[in-house]
This record gives sequence, C-alpha cells and structure tokens, in this order.
Amino acid sequence: MRPDLPKYKTSDDVDFVIVGSGAAGGILAKELSTNGFRVVVLEQGPYLTEVDFTHNEIKVLNENLLTNHPELQPNTFRKTPDEKAKPQRAVLYGRVVGGTSVHFTANFWRFHEIDFIERSKIGPISGTGFTDWPITYADLEPYYTKVEWEIGVSGLAGASPFDPPRSKPYPMPPLPVKSSGVIFEQAARKLGWHPFPAPMAILSQPRPGRSACVNCGFCLAFGCEVGAKSSSLAAAIHVAENTGRCEIRPNSYVHRIEIDSRGRATGATYFDAKRTVHMQKAKAVIVCANGSETPRLLLLSANKQFPNGLANSSGLVGKYLMLNSGAVSMGVFEHPLNDYKGFAVSRIFHDFYELDSQKVGFYGGGGLDARFDVTPIGFAMGFLPPGTPRWGKGFKDALHHNYTRTMEIFCHGTSLPLETNSFSLDPDLKDAWGLPALRLTYKDHPDDLKLATWMNARALELLDAAGAKQKWSFPIQEQQFAVHLLGTCRMGTDPKTSVINTDHRTHDVKNLFLCDGSSLVTSGRGQPTMTIEALAFRAADRITALAKRGDFQA
Amino acid sequence: MTNDLSRRSFILRAGTSISAVWLSTHWPAILSAAEHAHAAAKSSAPAKLAFFSADQAKEIDAITARIIPTDDLPGAHEAGAVYFIDRALTTFAKDSQKVYQDGLVEWQSRVQELFPSLQMFSAGTPEQQDKILHSLEHPAAPGRGRGRPTPNGQSFFETVRTHTIVAFLIDPDDGGNGNDAGWKVIGREREHVFQPPFGYYDKEYAGWQPNPPETAKGKA
Repeated sequence: MRPDLPKYKTSDDVDFVIVGSGAAGGILAKELSTNGFRVVVLEQGPYLTEVDFTHNEIKVLNENLLTNHPELQPNTFRKTPDEKAKPQRAVLYGRVVGGTSVHFTANFWRFHEIDFIERSKIGPISGTGFTDWPITYADLEPYYTKVEWEIGVSGLAGASPFDPPRSKPYPMPPLPVKSSGVIFEQAARKLGWHPFPAPMAILSQPRPGRSACVNCGFCLAFGCEVGAKSSSLAAAIHVAENTGRCEIRPNSYVHRIEIDSRGRATGATYFDAKRTVHMQKAKAVIVCANGSETPRLLLLSANKQFPNGLANSSGLVGKYLMLNSGAVSMGVFEHPLNDYKGFAVSRIFHDFYELDSQKVGFYGGGGLDARFDVTPIGFAMGFLPPGTPRWGKGFKDALHHNYTRTMEIFCHGTSLPLETNSFSLDPDLKDAWGLPALRLTYKDHPDDLKLATWMNARALELLDAAGAKQKWSFPIQEQQFAVHLLGTCRMGTDPKTSVINTDHRTHDVKNLFLCDGSSLVTSGRGQPTMTIEALAFRAADRITALAKRGDFQA
Repeated sequence: MTNDLSRRSFILRAGTSISAVWLSTHWPAILSAAEHAHAAAKSSAPAKLAFFSADQAKEIDAITARIIPTDDLPGAHEAGAVYFIDRALTTFAKDSQKVYQDGLVEWQSRVQELFPSLQMFSAGTPEQQDKILHSLEHPAAPGRGRGRPTPNGQSFFETVRTHTIVAFLIDPDDGGNGNDAGWKVIGREREHVFQPPFGYYDKEYAGWQPNPPETAKGKA
C-alpha cells in the first residue's frame, strides 16, 4: 500500500527533482528525503507493486509490462557514425517505478580495485578512451557495504580469493546452491579455479515487509512478487515515501531540463499520462534516467546557452558507451537439474578477472557464472541444441529431456570505451510524443570480442570437466542491442574529457547532477548495478553536503 | 535483430520475436483465449469456434498435433492448442488472420499436389502429414543462435509453429496449456514456491568448503 503522499505542487520549489526511480534514483530519493530534503521523483513508467507482478511471460516479455515499449519509443541502430541508422529495437530498460532493478537478475558483484586504476596499471590502449576513474575502490568501499546492508545482498565474505577488501561481511548468508552451481563448483575446482557462492541482491533471510526468496524461478525479466529481490522499489522507494518528504510521481516522462538566464537548472518539464505538459520546479535536478535516457535528456534540453545539449561542453554526452562483452555456453546433463527452480545464479568465479594481456594477446577480464534463466516458451523457441528438429517427435522429445537437464555458463566481461560508441538523437525517427528517438551507434572493440571468445572457451572446458552429455555455444557476434548502459556521461576531473565531477555534478551546470550507469568510467566485468548503487549512496552524501552549505546558489 | 550478442537481451527477445510474429497488445484477450483452450481441452463437448470453420479447425488441430505430437505424454491436441489459436485470431492476433486464410488455401493445394487422393490433411497418415509439413516448412537456418528471431515473414508454417508452442507452454495459472500438457512434457512443476534440494546434483551436496588459499591473480 502506498502511504499518504506529500503532493507537491509543480510550482513548489522543492529541494530536488530526481528524474528516474531505478537503481540510482531510488537510492538518491531514499537518502535525500531521509536527510530532510523535499524530493519529487519523476518516473516515466507506471507505479506497479508486488501485487501487479506476474509470472506470465507473454505479458512481461511480449507486452513489455516492465520495460520500454518499442512501438511507443522506437530506436535506430548503426555500427559506425558514417552510416545511416536503421529503425530496430536497440535498447531495453525498466520503465516502471524501480526501473531496471525491478527485472534484473540481481548479480551484485563489487567492482575490484583494478577497475578504477587499470589504465595506470597497463597503460593506454590506442584508439580508445580507456582511462582511470577519479575515485578509487577505497572511496567507494563504504558505500558498497552500505548497499549490501541497506538494500539487502546475500553472499559469503572471503569465499573468493580474488575479492577486494571489505569492511564488513554480508548481512545475510548466500542463497542455497542449485544443481547448476554444484556442477559448476566441482568442475571449476577440478580445473584449478576458485568458484564461490554468488553475491546476489536477493534476500536469503526475510526483512520487515519483505520475504526471503521462495525460489519461484521467475527472476530475470520479472518483478518479484514477494519483495525478495532487492530492487529499489522493494528496498528504497518505500523508505523514501515513508519519510513524508518524497513524492514518487509515475507516468511522468521528462523531456527537458529547464535552465534560467544564469545557466542554472530550474526544474524538469514532463508529459503526464494524458500527455499534458508540466514543469516541476526544484532547487536542483538529479538525472538518474539510465545510460541511454540520461544523455538523451541532456541532448533534448539544448538551448541558446547550450546549443550542443545541456552539460555538453566536452562534446562527450552520450559517448564512450560500454555494453559489457559476453558469451554463453549451454550444457545438458544426465540427470535432472530442475534449474528452473530458484533465482538464476548460485556459483561464480573470478579467476579471469584480470587477464594478462601479454599472455592472451588482448585487453580484458571477466567472470563466469552458472545459471538457468529462461522461461518455458523462450526455452522451446531458442535453447535446444543446434540441429534439434524444430517440430515433431524429435522436437518434443528434446523439450521433454532437456528442459530439466540444461544449464548455462554465462561469461561476463569488459568493454572498452570508444568515442564512436554512443547514444544520440535520431535526426528522423520520433517517439509517440514527437520527440527524437534514441539512436544507438555501436561496434565492439576487437579485444572485447576476443575476450568473449576466450572466456567462452573456458566455459566449454568447464562443461567438459563437468561431464556434460552435450554442449554448445551461442555465436559471438558484434552487439546491436543495449542492456547494460554504461559510460555515456562519464565522471572525471577535467571538464574537457568528462561530463560530471566526482560529486556527480555536471561541469557546466552547478545545480545539475547525473547519477546512473552513465557515470561509469570503465565497464567493470559485467555486473554494473552494485556499483551504480554504491555511487548513488556516495552521491547522496556529496550532494547533501553541498546543499547544506548552500552551494547551489549562483 | 539477427546479430545480437547480448544473451541478456536474447532472453527478452525470445519473447519479442513471438510478438513480431503474432502477439499484439491485448493481454486480457490472450487470457481469454487460453481459458477457452483450457476449458475446451477439459470438456468432451465440442467447443465453439470463433474464427475457423469446423473443417479448418480439424486441419489446424491436425497440424499442431504433428508439431507437438501425442505419445505417452500429451501433445498440442491434448493442450487444446487449436482453440487457443482460434480465439486468438478473433481477438489479439487479428493481424494474423490473413496468414491463416491464405495459408489454408495454399495448404489445401499442397495436400492435393502431394497426395491427390487425400481430401484433407487431417485424414492423412502421420507419414503423409509429415511429408506435407516438410514441404512447407520454412527452411531452418543453420547455426540458429541467440538473438535469431523466429522467422517473422509470417509464413503459414512458422506462424502455426509459434502459436502452437505458445499455446502449449504458457503458464497454466493464467489458463494456458490445457490439462498442464506442456508443463507435464517439459517436467516443470506447477508450484510457485520451491525448497532445495532442487535437482539431482544439489541433493548430495556436502556443503560449502573454502577454496584453497590463492594469491596469484589472473590465471592466464
């Protein structure tokens, strides 16, 4: 039940308007309202709660119950800037209160120390924007711990010899091991690797108002019906609302940040559900709209003062997009795993987190996990081994035999930041509101593809060591569909080479802040949300300090 | 759509490709169709058809029954797939009506062409039926992989195949896969709450044992 809300008027000059209620926006709303500020969160999607969530794969997957709709908000794609982009679905994100954290898989790896300083360690990589972060792991460590304890992450501290230092153990034990995890753990150890219980943003023990995981099996792409998945909806939004100072305003599609003659943000303009336009006034604006919509909103907000888009004096808004590299291999085993039961992942390893580029011949690193995360219809449509009959007795026999006996090895890895990989405004295509559509320009760096191929070879070794009766891989190809949306308004100290500073403040607009996947400088090894949330907790501290000393004044 | 690297996106796109083939935006109608199929499969009385004629329904039922045949486990016929499709074509999948209308005409001529003595596909032997289906099957591309959508050229065979799979495997709690036929076949239990052990391999798990100490980072 939603509490009685403070219904701010749009003319109320609230302390903060936050655009987006996802992993970062939800946490910033919680922290800033807890710190005494008046906050309005504008979320373009609807306000659904646990009772609205369903296991129905058609409704969720086909009808985009929780995600951006390709017909209302179409995209275009091209590989390189010299091509004309063609209409195709190119980006997927949560479009609901809670954002993508509602439907994510909930893998919650911390970044390691190396992720922040890798450029210094290994040197430049020609043709890329590969660089160090302006903050270190040590700066972020207290906030990783905060995420684990406040949002709810299960795991086992010290289980991986490659883990970075931590100030506290996890607040709750890991989730139970699945058959895929046992197979993975035993085979990885046989090969000399170091598997460990996956840290997951899913409760293994109940918390007030939230159940522990009931192992229903509908995690990836679905909203959790018992509040066990630590989405910002389950873990932050309600806390924010209960302060009495935060209003979550759903169905509010922000399309412009307003700027006064002094170059200060004055609020956000949005369409409501009836497509009526409003402007919510605020003393400061924080955009947490994800790595695609945040740069789009800045570009849409271009005006005479900022002809190339807001906060874009560097020309880097939307650029250096990183999607994370990846590969998947499948194995079929003799006995039933029944891996459709439970959350997706129970075991991972990080032995290849830092590969030696001198030895392997390319830059990169990553982690592997054991999982099963596909729905029944999805399984029948695309997860039987190549060569399986597509209909008839052979098809049915394969469904019957394989569904309970199949597992995946998912390889997650780095992406290098390239200036040519970007989100921008399509010059022709418009969305249902008449706004320029998102255009994705993306071509993987060759090293990203080499890394995916290399990791996938390890996955196949593991499946052999595990005694899989059958194994195969999905082809490794250049990406043209964006899910992890990273790096498009990168953090840095130099206004010429970055969009935000270490306080998440834009270099160009004093009371405009950005915090979400767009803030990342490097891609990590494939699981960004934990870091996005740690950044959000840290940003809340920084912004609170700035606000308290009146730093938003012109 | 075909060169998608991201496995994360594929999971969602597996559904999206279905959408491209036939599903539109009226979920309540899907439920209605599913419940209709469910009721039809349970009932011995003939269900009322909304789109197909009785003969057409007989043909579609026979086609779905070759796509997912009946053996010692139920098939598409037992799941009432034809009723799901019939209801769908008058509600949320109206866009696919023409695929069926044209497809059934072509279908009839193909049946006659291959087996001149056969009046209807449904009257053929399983061997004859499979031969006809093979002749109409959309060529399965080699190396189909993640991100490869179901061919969405709205070919009759591919459309019926997709519809049959959806009708067979959608969540029975929402009224689909009549008699739980599909989930019985794949071995998925109906419950939404499970306790470990889940499968064969975690049943005997001895419990977590720490990894041996390790200092070197980067094994390669």
